[in-house]
Amino acid sequence: MAIFITKDSKVIVQGMTGAEGTKHTKRMLASGTTIVGGVNPRKAGEKVDFDGNVLPVFGSVAEAMEATGADVTVIFVPPAFAKAAVIEAIDAGIGLAVVITEGIPVHDTAAFWAHAVATGAGVDGRGTRIIGPNCPGLISPGQSNAGIIPANISGAGKIGLVSKSGTLTYQMMYELRDFGFSTAIGIGGDPIIGTTHIDALAAFEADPETAAIVMIGEIGGDAEERAAAYIKENVTKPVVGYVAGFTAPEGKTMGHAGAIVSGSAGTAQAKKEALEAAGVKVGKTPSETATLMREIMQSIG
Amino acid sequence: MDLYEYQAKDLFAAHDVPVLPGDVATTPAEAKAIAERFGQTVVVKAQVKTGGRGKAGGVKLAENPDETSAKAEAILGLDIKGHIVHRVLVTPASDIAEEYYFSFLLDRANRTFLAMASVEGGMDIEEVAATKPEALAKVPVDAIKGVDRAKADEIVAAAKFPAEVADQVADVIVKLWETFVSEDATLVEVNPLVRDPEGKIVALDGKVTLDENASFRHPDHEALVDKQAEDPLEAKAKAKGLNYVKLDGQVGIIGNGAGLVMSTLDVVAYAGEKHNGVKPANFLDIGGGASAEVMANGLDIILHDPDVRSVFVNVFGGITACDAVANGIVAALGILGDEAKKPLVVRLDGNNVEEGRRILAEANHPLVTVVDTMDNAADKAAELAAAGV
Repeated sequence: MAIFITKDSKVIVQGMTGAEGTKHTKRMLASGTTIVGGVNPRKAGEKVDFDGNVLPVFGSVAEAMEATGADVTVIFVPPAFAKAAVIEAIDAGIGLAVVITEGIPVHDTAAFWAHAVATGAGVDGRGTRIIGPNCPGLISPGQSNAGIIPANISGAGKIGLVSKSGTLTYQMMYELRDFGFSTAIGIGGDPIIGTTHIDALAAFEADPETAAIVMIGEIGGDAEERAAAYIKENVTKPVVGYVAGFTAPEGKTMGHAGAIVSGSAGTAQAKKEALEAAGVKVGKTPSETATLMREIMQSIG
Repeated sequence: MDLYEYQAKDLFAAHDVPVLPGDVATTPAEAKAIAERFGQTVVVKAQVKTGGRGKAGGVKLAENPDETSAKAEAILGLDIKGHIVHRVLVTPASDIAEEYYFSFLLDRANRTFLAMASVEGGMDIEEVAATKPEALAKVPVDAIKGVDRAKADEIVAAAKFPAEVADQVADVIVKLWETFVSEDATLVEVNPLVRDPEGKIVALDGKVTLDENASFRHPDHEALVDKQAEDPLEAKAKAKGLNYVKLDGQVGIIGNGAGLVMSTLDVVAYAGEKHNGVKPANFLDIGGGASAEVMANGLDIILHDPDVRSVFVNVFGGITACDAVANGIVAALGILGDEAKKPLVVRLDGNNVEEGRRILAEANHPLVTVVDTMDNAADKAAELAAAGV
């Protein structure tokens, strides 16, 4: 098992024929992902050869699902067209939409999120679960890779990882590569995202192949505080946390659109304290966090 | 991007939200001329992107043009919480019967928008929320359905606006929603929204934050950027498409990925505690694909920061392999030549790390030290910065 994607996932790529889409479709294929086609209305009917893997291009998500049985879409389309692409995927009834695109206006994300909620937003298997936007996607090593997380960092194992940040996901996977991961998921750094820390924590808690969880947060909003409250009430598996941005000044956006301390809200210190109050061990640096997880995995045996 | 009050009010006016006339002055003489034009008592208001202007002496009444000049002179150049006043807004003084509060904002927790309204306006709304939460109505707004007249009536009722202004306020709320949506704002705030003695509703002050991700469909928003107030290094980085924030420390930071760079700042700050209290000098994310050119642009910015005494390059090779990053660093130092004078500590990990470290070892650049782990590299960079005093 794993969460959200497994070896049975059939993946399509919206924006497969663009530069980023092409590059990452190749990488996803190379890591063993079952990719069954791409979507581009202007290139419908064409075929694209990815080093011997010839994939069909469909005119719409609905057509691609009809022809291939796809249940996951990875979206690389540019910001201006992302809202329409996500809404198309939701209307087609796909189970999971992974939105990689960075720079989507928040009004557009709010609109497609409201649309997803109307379908059930993937909760209890109803409607479309959205991951992202502005995220690296997710990987269940050895099974499926939906997004841009490099597949060669770590193999399969029993750690579940959920993070707002892409490169911190990579760093943590690298530090714990001798244990391996059930699923590592980057949920994205925008102010509004689909799948949250809490959604991933709930899925890891329910996943028999996940033994322990690393949760990585950063400044902005109160998602980590809410996740801490959730952990206290609902998570029995050990959780180790890390929060980035203790030195971030107030009122400045630190790279991610959502990474901003507003007044006294959204500070790393408050997030760390909330997690610790929920019994989560929080590392001071990524390495210290990895060491905390290492100790837990060794004690689990 | 936060707007100044006068810019916010210009946007309001463009969307038919009632505001008072007013004009911006950068000198006392200009302020005087504006007051002459109005021919009545005016208010001179400091234009700064922070709250608490009144308490800081940044808002003054002036009864005639000469007094306007004097007040403008006193306000221009004031330092309000680190913001220097370069402009004042001169606007006719108005009599106020009642003050209200209204805003639309992004509700991150509920992943939608929120209307907040109160009949107790004019004061700090966070204080109202803390001390008298029942006086602040919070009404969620569906991002697709938006705010029509019926929704506006619901908000007016929730906040218990007096019956005699309910219609007018609802009308203003619909127009503020139009402003919020059509300008891609993440905040539209009116505090105070006032009723004047004649019973007319006016937006007396305004605060607007625009979503920079939406700038591709708002070419006109570029004109709202205050170039004068931008940090010169931040402006230079922006022109090169780099994500850079100037901080007040001494260790220059370059990394890939926003989360990793934020983490790097923290690790450097911890390391600095042991080295004379040195701190990170900046945030700089060169993104996933760290090409030689992007690396050179990044180093160029940081090495030209006079506060920087050492540089920490922290890259995790994910999509871009470490050998390409190492080649980028070597090439960047080649491009910069004699302009590169400060020590660089480089930590590479991830994809093709051995080859990356081999390339740096072979180049054997006198300024470059390669350190294996992020924590040790931060320590080395802090040590070098502390030594370079």
